[in-house]
Amino acid sequence: MKLRKKTSEAAPKSDIVSQWRLVARRFRREKLAVGALILLGAIFLLCIIQTSINPDGWSTLTLSFGEPPSWAHPFGTTDAGLDLFSGCLKGALQDIEIALLVSSLSLVIGTVVGAISGYFGGIVDSLLMRLVDLLLVIPLLVILIVMSNLFAGKGNAPLFVAILIGLLAWTGTARLVRAEFLALRERAFVESAIALGASPWRVIFRHLIPNAIGTIMVNTTLTISGAILLESTLSYLGLGIVPPAVSLGMLVQQGQGSATTSPWLFFFPAGFLLVIILCIFAVGDGLQSAFDPRKTR
Amino acid sequence: MLRYLSRRLLSSLLVLWVATFLVFTMVVNSGDPLFDLKMNPLTPDSTIKFREHMLHLDLPFLERYWIWISGIFRGDFGKTMSGADVGTQLYQHMFVTIRMVTAALFLAIVISISMGVYAALRRNKFQDRGIQLLSFFFLATPVFVTGLFFQYYVAVPLDHAFGTQVLSTAGESSPFASGSFFHRIPDYLSHMTLPTITLVLAIFSSWTIYQRSSVLETMNLDHVLLARAKGISPRRVMRRHILRNALIPVTTVIALDFAGLLGGALITEQVYSWNGMGRWFLGGIGRQDLNVTLGYLLFTAVIVILFNFLADIAYGVLDPRIRYR
Repeated sequence: MKLRKKTSEAAPKSDIVSQWRLVARRFRREKLAVGALILLGAIFLLCIIQTSINPDGWSTLTLSFGEPPSWAHPFGTTDAGLDLFSGCLKGALQDIEIALLVSSLSLVIGTVVGAISGYFGGIVDSLLMRLVDLLLVIPLLVILIVMSNLFAGKGNAPLFVAILIGLLAWTGTARLVRAEFLALRERAFVESAIALGASPWRVIFRHLIPNAIGTIMVNTTLTISGAILLESTLSYLGLGIVPPAVSLGMLVQQGQGSATTSPWLFFFPAGFLLVIILCIFAVGDGLQSAFDPRKTR
Repeated sequence: MLRYLSRRLLSSLLVLWVATFLVFTMVVNSGDPLFDLKMNPLTPDSTIKFREHMLHLDLPFLERYWIWISGIFRGDFGKTMSGADVGTQLYQHMFVTIRMVTAALFLAIVISISMGVYAALRRNKFQDRGIQLLSFFFLATPVFVTGLFFQYYVAVPLDHAFGTQVLSTAGESSPFASGSFFHRIPDYLSHMTLPTITLVLAIFSSWTIYQRSSVLETMNLDHVLLARAKGISPRRVMRRHILRNALIPVTTVIALDFAGLLGGALITEQVYSWNGMGRWFLGGIGRQDLNVTLGYLLFTAVIVILFNFLADIAYGVLDPRIRYR
C-alpha cells in the first residue's frame, strides 16, 4: 500500500489512469459510502422508472382521499386524492435534476475562478476574491427569496431556480480551489513544468487540476446536498418550485397542515429528502478518504 | 495593529457600500410594487401616477438610490407600502429575532465545543461515532423539517398530555399576556423553547465536526507531545495546550457562519410564526414592499460584514503568531 502510493507520487503524469483506479479501489473499501451510492442509484432509477411508466401519477385524482399507506398507494394519498408515492418520486427526480445542474454550473465557475485566482495571483486574485466576499454578504437563501418574484408562476421555474442557485453557489468551491492552487503552485513539479515552457493553461489543466481533483470532487458532493437543501427550503416557503411542478420541499409544505391527522403526508417526503441528503454526505465522506487516505478525519 | 485595523475597517465599509448598491439594483429590479394595482382595470391612471410618484418609481435609478442611501444616514429607512415607518418596524422585529438568535447561538457554541472535544477524546470509540452520526444527521435535516417535527410530534402531544399549553407552537409571546416582565417569563420560555432548539440543531452540527477535527489536529502537534513528556497531567495538557489552540479556528468559523444563522432564523420564524425580522421580510417580499426588503437586506449585510470583521480581529487576538501587515 505504502509502496504503491510512493510510485504514484513519483510519476504523477503517467499515472493519471491508475490514480483513478487507486481511488476507486480505496472507495470500494468504504462500506458505508458504497452502500449510500447504491441506494442513491436505486432511488434515481426508481424515480426514472416510476415517472416514465406512470407520468400522470401526481396529476390524476384517485377515489381514495387521505388514505394511509397501502399496497395500491405505498406512501398513502393526499386529502385531494393524489398518490403520494408518484409525487415523492417525481419531486425527488426534480430535486436531483436541479442539484446536478447546480453542481455542474458551480463546479465549472468555481474551479475556473479559483484556478485563475490561485495561479495568477496579484490584482486578478484580489479582484476575484473581493467579488466572492461581496456575494457572501447576503445569505444565498435571502438572495433567492428576493429573486423568486422573477420566476414565480412561470413554467420553466425549476430550470430558472437551478441556474440562479448555480450562478451564486460557486463561492465556496472557488475559495477552496484557490487555496489548493496556492499550495500546489509552490511545489517542484509545477516549477519544472513552467521551466520546461508549459503555458499557464497547460499547467493549470494538466498539472494543477488533476492534483486538486480530490478536493474539488468532495466539495461537489457538498454543493449537491447544499443545492437540494436550498431548493427544498425555497419550495417550502412557496417561492421556488410551484405547482404543476413538484419537489420534496413543496410536498412537506403541503403535508404540514395535516401532519397530526395524516402523518404520512409529512414523513414520507421529509424522510425521502433526508435519506437523499444523508446518502450524498456518506458518498462525499467516502470520496474524501479515498482521495486522501493520509488525512485522518 | 491600529494601522491594520483601520485599513480592514475601511475595506469593510467599502464592501458594505458596494453591497448596498448591488442590493438596491437587485431589489428594485425584482418586481413591480404596483403590479396588483396595475392589473386592476378599474384603477385610474392618475392613481398609478400618484403612487409611482409617492414611491419615487418615476425617478431615474441613481436618484432613487441616492434618496434611499442618504435617508439611511439620517436614520430614515423610508416608508412601507401602507405608509408606516420602516425603521420603526425594523427595530421592533429585530429584538424578537435577536432574542432567539442569541439564545440559540450561546447554546450551540457550548454544545458544539463540548461535543467536539469529547468526540475527539473518544476518537473512533462508539461515543465518537454517535456524536458524528448525530451531527451528520442534523446537518442533513432541513430546518423546516426539524421545526415541523417538534411542532407537530413533540409540542402537540405534550400539550394534549398535560391538557394545557406547555410548549407553544406559534408566536413569540401570547397576545394577551399582561403583567410585568418577570411575570411573563414563563410565557416567553414556553414560546422560545422549540424555536431555539430548532435553530440550535440547525447550526451546531458543522461546528461540532469542525471542533472535533481541530482538536484532533492539535493533539498531534509537537508542543503537546512535549507537554506530555514533561509529565504534565492530561487534564492540564488538554486545557492549556490543546484547547487553547483548538478553539482559535472554531471562533472564526462561528463568526463567519453568521449569515447561515440568519438564514436559519428566517425559516424557524416562518415555521413557528414568530414575528421576527425573517417573517417581516417574507411579508415584504409577498407585498413587493421594496423598502422593507431593502431594510432587511441592509441589516443582514451590516451584520455579516461586522462579524467577518470581528472574526478577523479575534483571529489575531487569540493567535499572537498572526502578524498584521
